[in-house]
Amino acid sequence: MSFTVPANLAAEIDELITHYPVKRAASLMVLHAIQEQFGWISQEAVEWTAAKLELQPINILEILTFYPMLRQQPMGKYQLKVCRTLSCALGGAYQLHHHFCEKLGLDAHKHGPQTTADGKFTVEFVECLASCGTAPVMMCNDAFYEGVTHAKADEIVKECK
Amino acid sequence: MPQEYKLILKHVDEPGYTPDIDCYLRHGGYEGLKKALAIQPKELPDGKKASPQEQIRDDVKLSGLRGRGGAGFSCGLKWSFVDRRSGKPIYLICNADESEPGTFKDRQIMHKDPHQLIEGMIISCFANDVHLAYIYIRGEMPEGAKILIKALAEAKAKNFLGKNILGTGYDLEMYVHRGAGAYICGEETGLIESLEGKRPYPRIKPPYFPAVLGLWMCPTIVNNVETLCNVKHIVEMGGAEFARLGTPNNTGTRIVSLSGQVKRPGYYEIEVGKATIGELINDPKFGGGLRDGRKLKAIIPGGSSSKVLKAGEKFKLKKKDAEGKDVLVETDMLDLPYDFDSLAQAGTMSGSSAIIVMDDSVDIVGALANLSEFYAHESCGQCTPCREGALWMNKALQRMAHGQGRAGDADYLVKIADNIPGGRTICAFGEACSWPVQSFVAKFKDEFVAKGVADEARRAKEVAVPGETKPLAAAHH
Repeated sequence: MSFTVPANLAAEIDELITHYPVKRAASLMVLHAIQEQFGWISQEAVEWTAAKLELQPINILEILTFYPMLRQQPMGKYQLKVCRTLSCALGGAYQLHHHFCEKLGLDAHKHGPQTTADGKFTVEFVECLASCGTAPVMMCNDAFYEGVTHAKADEIVKECK
Repeated sequence: MPQEYKLILKHVDEPGYTPDIDCYLRHGGYEGLKKALAIQPKELPDGKKASPQEQIRDDVKLSGLRGRGGAGFSCGLKWSFVDRRSGKPIYLICNADESEPGTFKDRQIMHKDPHQLIEGMIISCFANDVHLAYIYIRGEMPEGAKILIKALAEAKAKNFLGKNILGTGYDLEMYVHRGAGAYICGEETGLIESLEGKRPYPRIKPPYFPAVLGLWMCPTIVNNVETLCNVKHIVEMGGAEFARLGTPNNTGTRIVSLSGQVKRPGYYEIEVGKATIGELINDPKFGGGLRDGRKLKAIIPGGSSSKVLKAGEKFKLKKKDAEGKDVLVETDMLDLPYDFDSLAQAGTMSGSSAIIVMDDSVDIVGALANLSEFYAHESCGQCTPCREGALWMNKALQRMAHGQGRAGDADYLVKIADNIPGGRTICAFGEACSWPVQSFVAKFKDEFVAKGVADEARRAKEVAVPGETKPLAAAHH
């Protein structure tokens, strides 16, 4: 295994494990921490995590393949997640998604994650982000945006350096 | 006249109110906790003693507090089911996986007033002899998780958490646990599996009632964010006083998430049952009415899983007459008091207290197709009827939404929907994905049939003429 984690991440992970009387419970939080550092979770990372938590790699792989937020391959540097569900759809979410796709040369009919050729942007539809009163809403990485007009969308893209 | 009543949201959105502990303390924060910790054992008339913990639990029962997450189950009763004789530790988990489409109330609390939640949790943990608790927050709220982690550290620094809390000898640790984008984690046993580091496949009940066999097979309490905040107020004002808020059997306040096609979407806290659906939509203090020139078509009254209400629908509502006898009164859907019991009588539910408003510009088939895509995406896949059914319904509805409807689709959809719920699945997701389909098709059947008939007629005209060629690019998606 060629997977190594920087010292500060290793310390963070060791601390996370202390939150639980059973090591396995830390899996999700450890995967979040790894993904934050590396952007995605490789097979080596799966094996490393399993060893760290005294589990089999399949125990980690089965959750990695279940949760939509955990990534099995590298994604764009900026991940644009547009909420798709009813209140946002009534507020123009499909037009917003279409706008991003058109602007970035992606297929507006695809709902799943698509990454631009230069690896800069990933655009995807996600399910309800729990801010239905300010539709349409979206996230750019961890930042949250409400009432996103097409002009605001252009600004968001522009701010992604 | 209906009014907002701000109990939970009292300070949220006040100018200058910040999520840090100093601000919370300036506003009387953690006084409820101090009060709870100072309760003395009480001599009961029958000679037995009630511990401080029992007194708080009794007060929560007396308050009539019902769960704010969706099921509306009595909080006091839920706590009373906890197995306290097993000798195993008891855990408490705050369900902060707010993900029922239409709902955005817990987000406000966690982002703007995190200490209120933490105080409510500490009191609830104390009352139930819990020494380790988790806040399970959905993965899509990274900012909320950061705010809560910071707030927990602040509370610990002031010894509201940790060892020997405020010198009482009571120990409690609390941690934030993040989900990763799966709706099923809002189901309490799925949430527990997820917290344990597994796929969030809900557990079958019996035997896995969390109160007995929950987290790591220990007794576990899972309560919603808003429910736990209420506990703080119950301790501060007393259960009897709390029960005066709202209406009988529907006590306290509720934060209503109002979204969709109204002028003023937003979150509004009301005394439960003290405003009607119509007032919430139309009153200038709340939704402010529909957009100009639009008429109401339908509302989803309690999160996307609740059965749709059609404009103009009438229900027989049980009311007391002048002599106190039960009488049935015909009530328009807009005149339904917004509470647990009235909506149940109308065949739907107040659920997570989220109203989605649809006006006459909405294509009802498209709206259902939208929700159906959500359920198809979120079915965990454990039980066949739900895993297959949710996807079949979505497939049919997407086909309809893309001009490929058939006259028989309405009946086809109902046939699938009818075969998912009713004990065929481990958890209530089976119901949740079927109810929208059953209710939309039942109440708007003419539109589903008309769409199918029109699509068939259009396609019949598209039948190829012998010898004619068509460019492939013109084919439908």
